[in-house]
Amino acid sequence: MNRIAKLLLAFLKPLVRPTLAVGLGLSLGLLITKFAGENPWHVLEILVRSSFGSRYDLGMTLYYATPLVFTGLSVAFAFHAGLFNIGAEGQLTLGALAAAATGIYFPHLPTPFAPILAGLAAITAGMIWGAIPGWLRAKRGSHEVINTIMLNFIAAGICSWTTLYLLRNMDSQNPETETVGAGYFIHHLSFFGDAPVSVSIFVALFAALFVWFFLWKTALGYEIRAVGHNENAARAAGIDAAKIRIIAMVIAGGLAGLVGVNDVLGNTGRFKVDFSPGYGFMGIAVSLLGRNRPLGVVAAAVLFGALHKGSTDLDLETENVTRDLSQILQALVMLCVSADVFWDGIWGTVKKMFQGSQRNHRNQSNPENSDNKAEQTSVGL
Amino acid sequence: MTLAVEFRGLNKSFRGVSANRDICLKIKKGSIHAIIGENGAGKSTAMKILYGTYQPDSGDILIDEKVWGGRGKPWASPSDAIHCGIGMVHQHFMLAAPHTVLDNILLGVETSSAVWKWLLPGFRPLDRKSARKKLNQLSAQYGLHVDLDAKVESLSVGVQQRIEILKLLYRDAKILILDEPTAVLTPKETLELFENLKKLCHQGKTVIIITHKLKEVMNLANRVTVFRAGLVVGEREIHETNIEDLACLMVGRKVNIVQEAPPLPVLKGPVLEMKGVSTISHFSGNPSGKAIAKASGGTSSRKLQNIDLSVHGGEIVGISGVEGNGQAELIQAILHPRDHSASGTIRLFGQNIAEMSTEQIKAMGMGVIPDDRLRDGLLLNRPVRENFLLGLQRKVPFNRYGMIAFNQLEEATSLAIKEYDVRPKMTGIRAGALSGGNQQKLVIAREFKYSPKFVIAAQPTRGVDVGAVEFIHKRILKARSEGSGVLLISSELDEILALADRILVMYEGRIIAEFPRGAVTEKELGMKMGGAAQ
Amino acid sequence: MNDLLTSSLELFGSTLRVSTPLLFAALGGMMSERSGVINIALEGIMLMGAFGATTVALATHSPWLGAVGAVIISVLFTVFYAVSVIELKANQIVAGMAMNMLAAGITPFLSKVFYNSSTSTPSLPLELRFQSAPVWAAWICVLLSWLWMNHTPSGLWVRFAGEHPEALDSAGVGVKRVRWGAVLMSGCLAGLGGASLSVFLASSFTRNMTAGRGFMALAALIFGKWKPIPTALACLFFGFSDAMQIRLQGVVLWGTEPVPVQFIQILPYLVTVLVLAGVVGQSRAPRALGQPFDQA
Repeated sequence: MNRIAKLLLAFLKPLVRPTLAVGLGLSLGLLITKFAGENPWHVLEILVRSSFGSRYDLGMTLYYATPLVFTGLSVAFAFHAGLFNIGAEGQLTLGALAAAATGIYFPHLPTPFAPILAGLAAITAGMIWGAIPGWLRAKRGSHEVINTIMLNFIAAGICSWTTLYLLRNMDSQNPETETVGAGYFIHHLSFFGDAPVSVSIFVALFAALFVWFFLWKTALGYEIRAVGHNENAARAAGIDAAKIRIIAMVIAGGLAGLVGVNDVLGNTGRFKVDFSPGYGFMGIAVSLLGRNRPLGVVAAAVLFGALHKGSTDLDLETENVTRDLSQILQALVMLCVSADVFWDGIWGTVKKMFQGSQRNHRNQSNPENSDNKAEQTSVGL
Repeated sequence: MTLAVEFRGLNKSFRGVSANRDICLKIKKGSIHAIIGENGAGKSTAMKILYGTYQPDSGDILIDEKVWGGRGKPWASPSDAIHCGIGMVHQHFMLAAPHTVLDNILLGVETSSAVWKWLLPGFRPLDRKSARKKLNQLSAQYGLHVDLDAKVESLSVGVQQRIEILKLLYRDAKILILDEPTAVLTPKETLELFENLKKLCHQGKTVIIITHKLKEVMNLANRVTVFRAGLVVGEREIHETNIEDLACLMVGRKVNIVQEAPPLPVLKGPVLEMKGVSTISHFSGNPSGKAIAKASGGTSSRKLQNIDLSVHGGEIVGISGVEGNGQAELIQAILHPRDHSASGTIRLFGQNIAEMSTEQIKAMGMGVIPDDRLRDGLLLNRPVRENFLLGLQRKVPFNRYGMIAFNQLEEATSLAIKEYDVRPKMTGIRAGALSGGNQQKLVIAREFKYSPKFVIAAQPTRGVDVGAVEFIHKRILKARSEGSGVLLISSELDEILALADRILVMYEGRIIAEFPRGAVTEKELGMKMGGAAQ
Repeated sequence: MNDLLTSSLELFGSTLRVSTPLLFAALGGMMSERSGVINIALEGIMLMGAFGATTVALATHSPWLGAVGAVIISVLFTVFYAVSVIELKANQIVAGMAMNMLAAGITPFLSKVFYNSSTSTPSLPLELRFQSAPVWAAWICVLLSWLWMNHTPSGLWVRFAGEHPEALDSAGVGVKRVRWGAVLMSGCLAGLGGASLSVFLASSFTRNMTAGRGFMALAALIFGKWKPIPTALACLFFGFSDAMQIRLQGVVLWGTEPVPVQFIQILPYLVTVLVLAGVVGQSRAPRALGQPFDQA
């Protein structure tokens, strides 16, 4: 098989599955809008236009994408340790509250110290909320899926109470806190017009770089991935799996906490109860679509940010389609991405088209199919 | 003499790789027929075709001299084969641990009393009473006694195998296939099994055993078929052949059964000293710590009881014993002392390791070849170089200020795979794509990288092809001659007898015997392994 | 004394009622998980069932038909999950979360389409809701599932599918078939759980009304060691904490102010976390749970 085709395949392979999944998920979602009485093409047009049509639209897309980068990285990071972080929602809520609280209790600090302090507070709050399920899993063995979901509800309760009883904004009917001190607001990027895009998008990109570097270039990152791949082998090699799990959840929580920088410091300056349209759960879809790699997460975050912006506009511009469409689309994409066997089958067919009758089976042996492995490899030798 | 089973021209490939090629064999009714061959020779595949788990690509199967099914399609699934009177006892028992013996036997052939005919078949209440009656009859007839209401997890391996055989008899099997039946039995249990199998034959059943243990074949079988590389290379009556002949057929070349004894050990200071070690809590192996569920299956025999053991630099101490008699607990006690409560002391290089972490322990200069490399030794989905790094990621050349020095890693990995002849010689392929022998060599290359002064080698040549076995044995002997202490744990008698300077026998968590090299015969050792009088 | 008796009886009655959705969901979870398929999607299936029940009950003016509607809709919904997880071998936790998100998105979407409100459906008057039938039905289901699991062939198959699918396969029973049956059953039961939420405990369907109950049901299942009777008792326990939470709102426990409602509301979730932390060590999951079965 010639070199160009080989290179092309290597480049395309990781993109095939996500692209097809998005295509399939989108198509199914648009079909559902038909059921609601809308014209799917019209819906698609609105979706595209409202995400990228103008600078403002693009800005809003990026504004929604930024928290998704944080939560996507959070979920992806935990996945690499073999953990399911469904708790990004609670972690980001507490992070945002912490950022707001810092700005309210220490209102006179100047930029740049103020937002950095608030940012650190946000990260710390997220880390604590990640440490709890991490510890529970590491030391008690209780599964983080249920714990993180429960902690989401508990976090909502804590934040709600804190907002209403300690930090309440008396001038407003909405359940929100007072505004942070002036020094806390981070620089707004006016390129995008009125859209609340701030330097937090650079923080997000930096976070992605950090995750990439940490997991693939450092010894601790290697240990985290080793525990995720094969916990028994990691333990036998001397890696403390319990400690690693806690560290992974702490970092994952911290990443989710950074959402506060975008939404509080970069936009409203206050913590509003229920400000998150489900960024934590969307993060799961983002991470999955991005195949748990930082670059993929960023790309997927932009895509889902676009879908979310589009759905919000759809809510306004159509009779029957609500912004819940965004959640439906994400769920469909998630389902499509996760159907491994289906995609492996498709990939097998594509490969056959390129390779013809050439066979190179040893490198393709599937360790899950252990019945055949012994036969294949010994005979192959 | 009727043929119970005949294969004519059977072919089977998996993904283009041929596992069985033009297989022809004849199995006489009422006989014990052995199918032998090395790992991967195709014998399991052929028998799984007979049992219906796989479907052949072409060829015929004749049962009682009648061709079954259409050409190349004898049966679609095991249930068809079961209907024809074929039954199989797999190498890994098909028994669900927490359920009762009766339920395990009933599975798939449940009956209910006629009263419930109006309900859908799956929902009619089970008739356990008539099943019990039939089983009691069968037990008496064949001398296979089991407690029907016991939970499988509380029974020993030998009894579990009896259950598997009873399962087949309950389904009126006439042809019984046993896959590596003695792999997990003590020598005593093996003799019992052979008695039972002979009884079955006298009552007209046909028994096929798949094995690679030539001595057992000579003792038990009437006739033997030899597989090699997917082909049948020979079929003999037992009285026409001997072990050397069979070994030669199996491997394809003259095999040196007897190895040269290495020179006497030059002992250095003690590397491992265990005194009075007993485990108090059950071995769990679960990273969540002590508060987790206990292990299942013959629990009491796994606890260590008052172990006194020492290994000196320059010697190989061999622990022989059937798996499941505390060997795994022994390794866990040394590797993960903080995860288990144990009384007594364990000293490594003179230091008490009771409060040390695994990382610290290994850093003292210990290498471990795990008994299950897939579970404990490798990251199968990661490239070879990342597997070489496992456990070494904090060591100086590979670690600079917390970051991994990839060029050093690449260099070291290439060097190692060259030295240990790991094929294919690529650092970037997935570890899961290597064969068993190459995987094991990779693990050994890694563990031996820093010339550990103490090595634990657990089942080091399990699932490893013959060429690699020689290499691995040589490497272990080299470590010994360089002054390292080796604790060799193996259930292969030949391996222990060839390598060990001192041979210990482990049984039910205790060390029940010790012999210097050459002071014990294979037969004696086998009997000790089975718990013979101390 | 009389006061204490009446309020205890009230609390008990309230506990029984409030545990009912949990009970259905946990029984459903048990079916699926005993057969080896993790069912994180209980939450979403319950939600679909709740919506289905309300919609059909509103249209037909009968809560019983509403329950039938709930079962039909939730089983159809579960089919997607079963296909993803049994046939396409998707990761069960990921697919389960996707189903939850799908349900959380579809239900308000449809609510808007049918009733022009994405927050809640129109209320059902008291006569058109269940009075106490779901409580009886739930406990009958507990009894039936115990009988079924221990004394019928299909019960045996399900137990083996989760414990040792290879043994089941070599005994000639199709593992995938058994898992399909178990997962669909779990969908049916979870749907009934949803129905008992919207047409019994409440009077309409509101957005995200399950509020984590599907996950609490899983915790109850773990607490109950995947067996019918202990699981049912665990559900009662969680239901009790939920009933207490309702009871304690606005009550002055110490000082002069009542305990803030937010702290009361988190009580069931806190209880779940604590129970899991204490209990998981002793609870043994079906051995093959979460592993898709590859027929050789």
